[in-house]
Amino acid sequence: MVEDLLRQFAPQVLGSLVRRYGHFDLAEDAVQEALLAAALQWPEQGIPDNPRGWLITVAVRRLTDELRSDEARRRREERAAAEVPRDKYVEPPLDSEHVPAGADDTLTLFFLCAHPALSPASQLALTLRAVGGLATAEIGHAFLVPEATIAQRISRAKQQIKASRIPFRLPAESERAERLKVVLHVLYLIFNEGYTSSSGPDLQRGELTSEAIRLAREVRRLLPDDGEVAGLLALMLLTDARRAARTSVDGSLVPLAEQDRERWNGSYIEEGVALVTGALARTPLGPYQLQAAIAAVHDEAAQAADTDWPQIVVLYELLERISPNPMITLNHAVAVAMVKGPQAGLELLGSLDADRRLAQHHRLDAVRAHLLEIAGDRAAARASYQRAARRTTSLPERRYLDARANRLTSDAQ
Amino acid sequence: MKYVALVYTNPGAFEALSQAERDAMMSEADVYLKEFTESGEFLGEGFALADPSTGRTVRVRNGVPAVTDGPFAEAKEQLAGFYVLDTESLERATEIVTRDPAARFWAVEVRPIMDTAGAEM
Repeated sequence: MVEDLLRQFAPQVLGSLVRRYGHFDLAEDAVQEALLAAALQWPEQGIPDNPRGWLITVAVRRLTDELRSDEARRRREERAAAEVPRDKYVEPPLDSEHVPAGADDTLTLFFLCAHPALSPASQLALTLRAVGGLATAEIGHAFLVPEATIAQRISRAKQQIKASRIPFRLPAESERAERLKVVLHVLYLIFNEGYTSSSGPDLQRGELTSEAIRLAREVRRLLPDDGEVAGLLALMLLTDARRAARTSVDGSLVPLAEQDRERWNGSYIEEGVALVTGALARTPLGPYQLQAAIAAVHDEAAQAADTDWPQIVVLYELLERISPNPMITLNHAVAVAMVKGPQAGLELLGSLDADRRLAQHHRLDAVRAHLLEIAGDRAAARASYQRAARRTTSLPERRYLDARANRLTSDAQ
Repeated sequence: MKYVALVYTNPGAFEALSQAERDAMMSEADVYLKEFTESGEFLGEGFALADPSTGRTVRVRNGVPAVTDGPFAEAKEQLAGFYVLDTESLERATEIVTRDPAARFWAVEVRPIMDTAGAEM
């Protein structure tokens, strides 16, 4: 597949260009043009013997053209004196015959695209384009946003990188861990965007999950000893394993307990379980590993009734300790209810009513409705489902919650 | 998260402004549009709606369409235009819309657009 090949080379080609010439903003445009040229020419003329060299050559030509016209424009405008000498950005040229494999460059690009100075929306768009090799139009399709808006986010991100003089090198050792968290969070957001929409008319958005998994595999290849990288990849695999079962034929959402487990992706589960098991045994504990471990417990149960809920409770307790967050408390309450009964779960939910982050959130009402239903309080359950349905901003969720409320209404007669 | 910003005005509201006020508002609106297009939060273009009296209202009851002109001006506020924002949160969308000059003269309602994506529970 030409497209897969191009996406694989994209960050390496961009890395060597920036390393040689600086000018991340222009180099990134030049690489996109080279990728486009290859996508048009290779299927017809065949893949060149040295595809990476081909891409570098074409991209360098575009970049030098651009720099030359830039230079001319600058002279014309007689602003040259105010500019930083171009040499400052230029590093010694590499021998093009001996360009290194580019592994470090790709990692540097991940860090650059997820730089904390950029807005999250820009981090996502830039990561998908500069590291993922996706075209602006493809990113726009995936996020249901006009191409021009994505172009705007990318160009703004590049302006910020330029204006802040963010260097093209790995972050210092002292800040590497914090910066890696942002890189992983960007991949997590890309995955979620695709996963939650992997139904009905939005197949194109669903492709974001595969792209997020591909990029997480790439980070794992570059940082094989990092437990949270392994944890995130495992979490993605163990979650995406359920993709085919999470919606019914008509596109409506199927809750975990009612999913047809035969349709889960066994090889993803196997790979995810192995990854998280290895990480938990060998590396310091982290939130992605714990979330992956919880997903693994669910995925390993042949039937919903076989789920090892006591183990899930323990994992949520650990997760709440290292990364407290009301969403985690919410899921913890479900697990507690499964072990100790709905009343215990409802009591835990009570502690969340005062939390302003969650008080208006439909998930709190949805979980409460679920637990009230198990407890047999049908009227209160129905009212909670209805409140959750009014508060969600997702159409399939609203349909699901309305259906749960209606079921209680009709059965109650 | 995507939000639609709905601009509501009173009938005849724009006409009630002085020429200087109208000019100031238009140039402010340009600045507003530019700033948030550049931030990548304003999606596409905004739409200004013609006066409600130039439109029609359709109701189909028992398979029978009833088409009426208008609505014609009444005392209450009318939808005068809308645009779409894509922001981190409702708080951010509110912060942006606060800068819309229309909010100073009239009212701008911010409403989440339902997502076709969802999480199973």
